[in-house]
Amino acid sequence: MIGSEALVRALEAEGVDFVFGLPGGANLPMYDALVDASLRHILVRHEQSAAHMADGYARIKRKAGVCFATSGPGATNLITGIATAYADSSPMIAVTGQVPLAMIGKDAFQETDIIGVANPCTKYAFQPRAAVEIPETVKKAFYIAESGRPGPVLIDIPKDVQQARENIQFPDLIKVRGYNPIIDADLSQLERAVETMIKAERPIIMAGGGVILSGAFSELQAMAELLMAPVVTTFKGKGSFPENHPLAMGPIGMHGHPEANKIIIEADCIIAVGARFSDRSVGRFDEFGKGMTIIHLDVDPAEIGKNKAVDIAVIGDVKASLRTAVKMLAKHKVVEKTKDDPWLKRRKELIDYYADTIKDYPRELTAKKALKKLREILPSDAIVTTEVGQCQMWASLHFDVISPGTFFSSTGLGTMGFGFPASIGAKAAKSQATVVDIAGDGSFNMTENSLAVSVLEKLPVIVFLMNNYMLGMVAQWQRTFYNRRYMGVHQNSCPDYVKLAEAYGAQGIRAESMNDLEGAIKKALKNDVATVIDIAIDPEEDVYPFVAPGTGLKDMITGA
Amino acid sequence: MAGLLKTADTLSQDDAESWHIVAALVENKPGVLFRVTNLFRARSFNIESITVGSTEQVDLSRMTITTKTDERTLDQLVKQLRKLIDVVEVRVLDSSKTVYRELALIKMKAEEPTKRMQITTYASVFRANILDIDKNTIMVEITGTPDKIDAFKNLVSSFGIIHLARTGVSALPRGEY
Repeated sequence: MIGSEALVRALEAEGVDFVFGLPGGANLPMYDALVDASLRHILVRHEQSAAHMADGYARIKRKAGVCFATSGPGATNLITGIATAYADSSPMIAVTGQVPLAMIGKDAFQETDIIGVANPCTKYAFQPRAAVEIPETVKKAFYIAESGRPGPVLIDIPKDVQQARENIQFPDLIKVRGYNPIIDADLSQLERAVETMIKAERPIIMAGGGVILSGAFSELQAMAELLMAPVVTTFKGKGSFPENHPLAMGPIGMHGHPEANKIIIEADCIIAVGARFSDRSVGRFDEFGKGMTIIHLDVDPAEIGKNKAVDIAVIGDVKASLRTAVKMLAKHKVVEKTKDDPWLKRRKELIDYYADTIKDYPRELTAKKALKKLREILPSDAIVTTEVGQCQMWASLHFDVISPGTFFSSTGLGTMGFGFPASIGAKAAKSQATVVDIAGDGSFNMTENSLAVSVLEKLPVIVFLMNNYMLGMVAQWQRTFYNRRYMGVHQNSCPDYVKLAEAYGAQGIRAESMNDLEGAIKKALKNDVATVIDIAIDPEEDVYPFVAPGTGLKDMITGA
Repeated sequence: MAGLLKTADTLSQDDAESWHIVAALVENKPGVLFRVTNLFRARSFNIESITVGSTEQVDLSRMTITTKTDERTLDQLVKQLRKLIDVVEVRVLDSSKTVYRELALIKMKAEEPTKRMQITTYASVFRANILDIDKNTIMVEITGTPDKIDAFKNLVSSFGIIHLARTGVSALPRGEY
């Protein structure tokens, strides 16, 4: 057996059914091995999209997505997608071809030190230097990518190693001595955490992406209901808790729900679950949580105290920790809170207050109304990805996630171009689901050539394109902080998205009114090809509320 | 109720900097030093010295890192180091329970015999060795704690130091510590 056959066999042994990639000189042996493989290869038009597709696939399956690229530019094109997965703790295996061993370090054609490049944005990067090392490398790569706090792992294989014919063995067990993720939390710490939660008068749960990564939805809900604690999420944690639940408050942060931003600063105890206190979520580190007790549950010990000193740390898989916490809570006699509980009354008060306070943008068709309409028509278990910018923040504010784990966005790195390929990856992972990319024109431009993939590979998704022909979020900041001195934000009515969709064999529908939009969404749901709904959004429509960078949540601006 | 329960993870808000020795056992393979130093660079951890060398186990290397930092940054440095797959073990060593040494080579100007005599005298007080002498220069090897080396360096600086090479600190915990 040669190295590349061993690679494909090792991937099959891990249960891989999709590989997203693009061939080139240095990974030709891998592509030759794919001819006889049982897994399906999805040919992309740019390697960045391959990584995002693998990422979208991974977020649905909660196991590693796989992407392939050749050496040099193929590998560097993957990097944005790898860094996106790293920032959002998404499990991924990126396999790159490399120039032959003897050529490494000689500045060969299409040679890049991809191990060096990938180092800061991967959990680990391997370079097997003999074909016999490949099966063990693949097994270790999956173990590292999927366990603990998940993340991307790169495997860079020199071409001669791919081609070498050797007597290759497949190990059943592997051990990585320096890597021992903590699954089960320390029980005494957990007990202290639970006792503190119960004593709190104004507890709040802040659910982060870790809840989604570990699939701890029912455990989170059980804890919230036992404590009768309102639940806010980080943006990454959006969809960790049903947003139509009576305790749900929605995301906090720079463009968080106003009632969520307000209630968290009034709490006396914050229970952060799988959250990392990012600047976009908490505003100023020194101000956030001041005078409150902070309990932090996370699988990654390095997150404890990184941005925020906490009072009680519970290190372990949050699903396991929450399950135990729920058992402990059930044993303690939690005083049943009624509707008259002042804290729950305050929750209701804030929701009502902001429902009346935030003014709608005066136009027949707005982003807010469009997203409310989309939610109304879409099945509750539809999968939604987003692009980055205003469209993403509007989605955060105005699109309620009902089924946990159906909303995915590039929240950490904020990668424009993520949503569309990620939606195709999600469709590959769950073909029966309706998949929608909530997009803006600027972001969609970055990976729009994935239309070819969606059409040819029969992975139809809906691109819900809120089009203001602007780099809208930048324009909003230029309006707000730079006295409307616009620079580099106008897209000048180019391209025509209906024609663009049609050029790829997809369908394009223009929506100029709410009536058009309703018809377009219904039509798109019936389509069996990718549909781009080109929605005319006013370029002056801003995203509010807004917590300006460098300020605290209390400084939230609710309108222009 | 804030501050009711403090864990080991909750470190003092005191951001006074002090000197620390961090000892790590790491996989003995290519790229490990790069991963460690790249981590320090990426997260803006300042280090004073780093040494790497073989250990009693062929597949492990010992890294000794010295850093002048506050407690919170030290805590992050240790946690981020532990997160690296190639790092097997990390400890912050209490300097009172640790033997730590550094070696320095110092080449000085010494044309006149009186200067040579003086340097030789100083060297013997510091238990330093004269390694090389030629017509115009003298080279001294000194081993000890960084403080001792600093003291010797300051003492001989008036002679005119031509080159100075310090190895950085190596450390091992005492006895059972």
